Amino acid sequence: MNGVHDMGGMHGMGPIAREAREPVFHHEWERRAFALTVAAGFSGEWNIDMARHARERIPPARYLASSYYEKWLLGLELLLLETGLVTRDEIETGRRHGMASPKRVLKAADVGKVLLKGGPARLPDSVPPRFKPGDRVVARNLNPVGHTRLPRYVRGKRGAIDRDYGVFIFPDTHAMGQGKKPQHLYSVRFAARELWGPEASPRDAVYVDLWDDHLDPA
Amino acid sequence: MSDHHDHDHAGAPGSPLPETDLRVRALESLLVEKGLVDPAALDALIDTYETKVGPRNGARVVARAWVDPAYKARLLEDASSAIAELGYMGRQGEDMVVLENTPKIHNLVVCTLCSCYPWPVLGLPPVWYKSAPYRSRAVLDPRGVLRECGLELPQDVEVRVWDSTSEVRYLVLPERPEETEGLSEEALAQLVTRDSMIGVATVTPPTRGSRR
Repeated sequence: MNGVHDMGGMHGMGPIAREAREPVFHHEWERRAFALTVAAGFSGEWNIDMARHARERIPPARYLASSYYEKWLLGLELLLLETGLVTRDEIETGRRHGMASPKRVLKAADVGKVLLKGGPARLPDSVPPRFKPGDRVVARNLNPVGHTRLPRYVRGKRGAIDRDYGVFIFPDTHAMGQGKKPQHLYSVRFAARELWGPEASPRDAVYVDLWDDHLDPA
Repeated sequence: MSDHHDHDHAGAPGSPLPETDLRVRALESLLVEKGLVDPAALDALIDTYETKVGPRNGARVVARAWVDPAYKARLLEDASSAIAELGYMGRQGEDMVVLENTPKIHNLVVCTLCSCYPWPVLGLPPVWYKSAPYRSRAVLDPRGVLRECGLELPQDVEVRVWDSTSEVRYLVLPERPEETEGLSEEALAQLVTRDSMIGVATVTPPTRGSRR
């Protein structure tokens, strides 16, 4: 979706405010919002791409006005509502109407093991690559209303395949409940001048991870 | 959550909307009561990322690469395996790629679409990395962003910006500073900052460094 989350290349967002000796969390509620999101994600009721898409659907003005973990909270509430694990009334009143029956519940004793295992997006499927390193490509000019990992700033731009990372889940379908659609993932090099015009440095480049379905031969 | 009177968040990047604190507590109670989350698991998750996993992990990877050429070669060839040799792996670091800075190439990592970041080696990302100013400008004006971070790069250095749009996670291998020949691996690791492994800083020798 062409949302405000797709920020690459925008102006006017202000200075970069780096905080010396920044704590991991600034407030207790941030700790809880973080852990609730990770733990609830383990329920197996949605995947990481769906979680990203939930945050992308926060209305733009609110997205920009919200701090990072506020976005996580809003995204988590949306996922819980959409999967039916909780109802709007339960969130509004804080009172449960029944128990939920998630596929899984993360137990404290399993946290270490689960984090070390991770959730690999790499797939064992044997899918032929459409491109090889060095190939010239053009990023497709796609504007789906759903989730995509193809940023607006590279659409229609020409680049070159830098590396083939192998076969991965395709987030654009995975986020929409339309399957993993296994395909090759590449790092694609775009010259800064191709993206930003003649005022950009002639030497610099942006590398973007893109999938077969995002690319055409140039 | 409409009464947003805490406008500029000066000095407190994570300041909540007034009722966010209550809203999170209410949601946690609800999810616990409904049997969706185990409160002890929440505590374990928080403890992991607040006290166990952080940029010291990445610093150990960098220092090892500086002192051990064979390790560095493995790290650049297959970062996930080489990093796992030191025990760092898993969530948000399943497929790692290490980018080597050289006198002629400077790498910088961003996630323009959200906040992708290599948790096993760097921990959770700082607020600025996840914020609109960095996400919007890192790809458009990386030299300006670096200048804002106090790093002025010569024109003959190629800047490579890596937009983390997939589940591949990037870690920058900064250049080893001069005057550090006599330092141990552990002492070298102490010099390596989080920001140098994102690519918005270089590593400075012990006498003039400022830690971040």
